[in-house]
This record gives sequence, C-alpha cells and structure tokens, in this order.
Amino acid sequence: MEFRAYIIRRLALVVPVLFGVSLLVFALLQMFSPVERAALYVTDPKQFANITEIIEKYGLNDPLWVQYGNWISQIFHGNLGWSKVVSLPVTDAILNFLPATLELAIFATPLIILGGIFLGSKAAAHKDKAVDHITRAGAIMGWSLPTFWLGLMLLMIFYGFFSGLFPPERLSTAMNIVVHSEAFTQYTGLHFLDAILNGNWQVLGDSLRHLFLPVITLTVVQLAFIMRLMRSSMLESLGKDYILTARAKGLDENTVVSKHARRNALIPVLTIAGYIFALLVNGVVITETIFNYKGLGWWAWQSAVHLDIPSVLAFALFNGVLFVLTNLVVDLLYAKIDPRVRLGGQAA
Amino acid sequence: MMGLRFVLYQLKKNPLSIIGVAILITFIIIAILAPFIAPPPEGHYDRYMIPRDGFSPTPQPPSEEHIFGTTEGQYDIFYGVIWGTRSAFQVGLIVIGVVLVIGILLGSLSGYFGGIIDEIIMRITDIFLAFPALILAMAITVALGPSLKSVMLALITVSWPPYARLIRGDILVVREEDYVEASRGIGSSHLRIITRHILPNSIYPTLIMASLDIGAVVLAAAALSFLGLGAPEGYADWGQMINFSRNWIVGPPGDPLAYWYTVTIPGIFIFLFVMGWNLLGDSFRDILDPRLARR
Repeated sequence: MEFRAYIIRRLALVVPVLFGVSLLVFALLQMFSPVERAALYVTDPKQFANITEIIEKYGLNDPLWVQYGNWISQIFHGNLGWSKVVSLPVTDAILNFLPATLELAIFATPLIILGGIFLGSKAAAHKDKAVDHITRAGAIMGWSLPTFWLGLMLLMIFYGFFSGLFPPERLSTAMNIVVHSEAFTQYTGLHFLDAILNGNWQVLGDSLRHLFLPVITLTVVQLAFIMRLMRSSMLESLGKDYILTARAKGLDENTVVSKHARRNALIPVLTIAGYIFALLVNGVVITETIFNYKGLGWWAWQSAVHLDIPSVLAFALFNGVLFVLTNLVVDLLYAKIDPRVRLGGQAA
Repeated sequence: MMGLRFVLYQLKKNPLSIIGVAILITFIIIAILAPFIAPPPEGHYDRYMIPRDGFSPTPQPPSEEHIFGTTEGQYDIFYGVIWGTRSAFQVGLIVIGVVLVIGILLGSLSGYFGGIIDEIIMRITDIFLAFPALILAMAITVALGPSLKSVMLALITVSWPPYARLIRGDILVVREEDYVEASRGIGSSHLRIITRHILPNSIYPTLIMASLDIGAVVLAAAALSFLGLGAPEGYADWGQMINFSRNWIVGPPGDPLAYWYTVTIPGIFIFLFVMGWNLLGDSFRDILDPRLARR
C-alpha cells in the first residue's frame, strides 16, 4: 500500500518537471525571429514558399501564451518541424536515426556497468594495494580523456595504421547495398540483429567491425565513472558492522566480498543508472560525429552546425523527456528494492 | 570544518595528488609566460589568433620554424597550444566564477529562507537537471549563435544548478546551529547572518569542488569547440585545433601516420590539463568524504 503511495507521489512530481522542460525549450525558441521559428511548423519543404501564411496561421506574432499553446499542441500531434539536414520531418528523422544509436547503447551499456562494477569492487577489496592504484590511475586517466580525442586516436591506429581493420561509419558500401536490397528484410533497423534474423553472417561481421571502435570509445570514458562510484560505495559497505560479523563468523574473504559487501554496495550504483543514460547521450553526439556513424548524435551535430533550429531543439526536448522518464523508472525500481527509500520520504 | 593544514598534509601523502599539482603549476607557468614562449609575430593584431604561414590545406610536419608542425590552413600548432592554455584557463575560471556567484546566491536564498522561495528555486534546478548537460549546452549555444561567448554562457546555464543544491544542503545544516540562533537573537539582519555566520561555515567544500570542476568545464568547452560551435576559426583553442585535424587522421597510402602531430599534440595538452585537475580532485574527494574519513 505504501509503495503505491510512493508511486503516486513520484508520478505527480514528473508533470511539473516535464512542463518546465517544455518551457525551457520554448524559451530558447524565443531567441529566434518569427520567420526562423516558422520552420517548426513546416512538414513539407513546399510550405517554405508561403512562410507569412504559416506565421499568420500559428500566430507567431501573438502573445507568448498563445504561441506556447500552439507549439505544445503541435508537439502532441507528433509534429516537431522540418529537418533541413536530412530533408525529413523531425519526427521521421528521430525514428530513422534511433536504431543506429540504440545499437551503440546495446553494446556499450552492459560493458560500462558490468566492467565498472567488477573493477570498482576489485579496487575496493584491495584498497591501497597495487590493483587499487592501477585501476584508480586508469580511472582518472579515462575520465580525463576527451572523448573526441580518444576516438580520433583510435581511428588513426585501427583504421590508419592497421589499414582498415575497424573502419568508421555504420557499414561498408558493399554491405550497405546488401542491407537495402530486396533479399534483406530490415526487421528492426538494428543491423546486427537484422543480420542474425536474415542469417546473413557477412553483414553481421561487417556491422560488428564498424561498431567496435565507437563502442570502445563510449565505454572507456564512462567505465571510469562507474568504477569510481562502485569503489567508494564498496569501501563504505566494507566498513559496516555486518561485514565484521561475517568475518567473525569465519567466512572466507571471497564470500564476504561478493555476497555481503558487493550486494549492498550495488544499491547506490543502481541509482545512477539514470546518470549513465545522460552520459551515454552526451557521449553519443561526439562519438557518432567522429566515426561518421549516422545515428541520432550525428544528426544532432549536423543540425547544430547548420543552425537547424527545429532539429536541435527537438533533440534537446526528446532527450529531456527521455531523461525525466528514465529517472522516474530508476526511482521506482530503487524504492522497490530498498524499502528505506519510500519510508524515509525525503531521502536524498 | 576541516583544517587547511590537515588537507594539505593528506595531499602531500598521496603521490597522485602531487603529480596533479605539478601538472597544474606547469600549465599556470605556460599561461603566464605565453608571450615569451610563443611571441606573437610583429604587427599581429590579436594575440589569441594563431599566426598562419600560408594557406595550403595540407598540414606540415614539425620543422625548425614550426616545432610542432602546422594544421590544415597552416596554423602553427606550437603557438596554438601555448596560447590555448590561456584560453582554457579563461574559459574555466570565468565559467566557474559566475557559476559560483549564481549558485551561492540562489543556494543561500533557498536554504536560508526555505518555504516558497526554496520551492521555486529548487523546482527550477529540477528543470535544468532534467537535461543531459552537453545536449542542453549545445542547444543554448546554437540558440545564442555559435561563438566562444555563447559556449561560456551555455556552460554557465547548465552548470549552476548542482552548486545551488550543494550550498542549500550545507546551509540547511548550519542554519540550525546555536551561533546562528544567537546572532538572530541580538537582532542581526538576514544579510549579516548569511554573509558573516552561515556562508563562512558552509562554503568551504563547495569552493574546493568548484575549483576542481574547472577541468570538466574546459573539457566540455573543448567538446563544443570540436563540434564547431565555439571559437572562431583560427582562435587559439585546443578543441578547435583537434577539429582541424579531423580530415587528416589517416595519411596517404604507405604512410598512414603521416599527420600524427595534428591530432596528437593538442590532444595531449587537453588530456594533461584535465587530468591535473582530476588527480587533485580525486584526492580531495577522498579527504572530504566524511563517510570514508575514518578509514
């Protein structure tokens, strides 16, 4: 019963934040002239011919609250404007580019989380020993690496030096033709998955080869973050009384670390799953730009460079909403796992 | 509150933090001595614009005249990275300085007065924190028109909310102390209580965290410059210099690493700069984290 009360309270918090998110994006929109803003309501390039009509129709010279009403109702109808860069409505552009980015996230996320948890608890269990110093120095270095520089260096070595071992972009030209041919059915838009479903191992191999460097780039920087967090969480947990009890009972060190300390240390790490999402999205823009990997991040970069307002703001809005919802899910999961959260009420 | 001497003692014990301090001191010296290390050529109108040696698109390898080589468009890499150190400090210090002022102002209002003021300010921070930071910064930069100033404004806009929250939290603790109550009892004004009693006792960890965030701010600014949203072409800026190298990652057939210097050298500068701050920050975090202090 109390869990349900928590859910309701938490859901009620989401509505004002989402409203605020939309207000912030709308405020950014106000930096542009009505003519520039008209691009938001265009769904077909032909409409650019009678831009004054659009300004009139959507009241772009009207008071702000009228404009906000028009804008938000368009968004609820799934109309986010026209993306100049790819010549598609913004909604279609997002749907088109989403699978490519998902593909990166599917490989990078487990690597980041599992790798971070493993290395972090190793470091904590051997605090101030060689393992700790090495992983710690590694984490600081990884955390200091500019994503864009790491990606370019990896390209220089694995594409340049080892001529073409791990190439940029999503697929080689030949495989791209195969993927878009009649014989190949695109079930999901995720190339590696489609390749498996079609039983086409050549496409699968090619897709994985192209995924390798971007996934490594995304992982290296963020692994460091999770590792640090896991280390301090684990250190805290190792200092608790129940660990002393477990040791006093004569349990071997392995059981103490993996069964008693690690499980409790995992809880705080869970809460930052939402944070990983934010890091991934940030990282994806830069990573996809470097590797010319045509996903959401690449599209956002292209739009930003070409000052394509509807696309950039739609991308920000899309990520803002997604981030709010991710945090909601994480909070609910957390409350489900750890009863202290919902009982504590205002627990940080 | 922890004594400064204790913090310094802990720092000296840790070899990693000493390396961090050494790196940062080197960068500070480079920034101060930039006009002597890389003197601007005679009659150069803006010292922050990298001098060009011709307009050829192909980067030139390190030579007597250009010891780190040149980028595409013949910008001198040595000049760029040296003066880029100054730009990096400027961006980092300005952004963090303004963020601190906003954070302290809103955080103290929120924490000290509580009630409806607190509610409004905290809901505003919620909204800003609802975006992945770099994405929001990117959108703001585009909205303001790409330039170094826009990048700084964007980074300020996305960076203040965590500080406001941090300060608010610390003030909530100090607010209930007896000496604050005593000051209120003798009729001190709110301003006096906040500036004389509350802030001096709650601001210390925030100041340290803020100064260590300079590395992260510089990294974000470099990322935006790399994406082509920051400094104007030719401005001494590390992120932009890496952007210059993008088309020269792979050399001609038979010599794949021909242009290694265009990407490697500016990258090492950013990497070391950020790492210096992070090395220091990592040790500070362990010292300041009370949950770990007893171990």
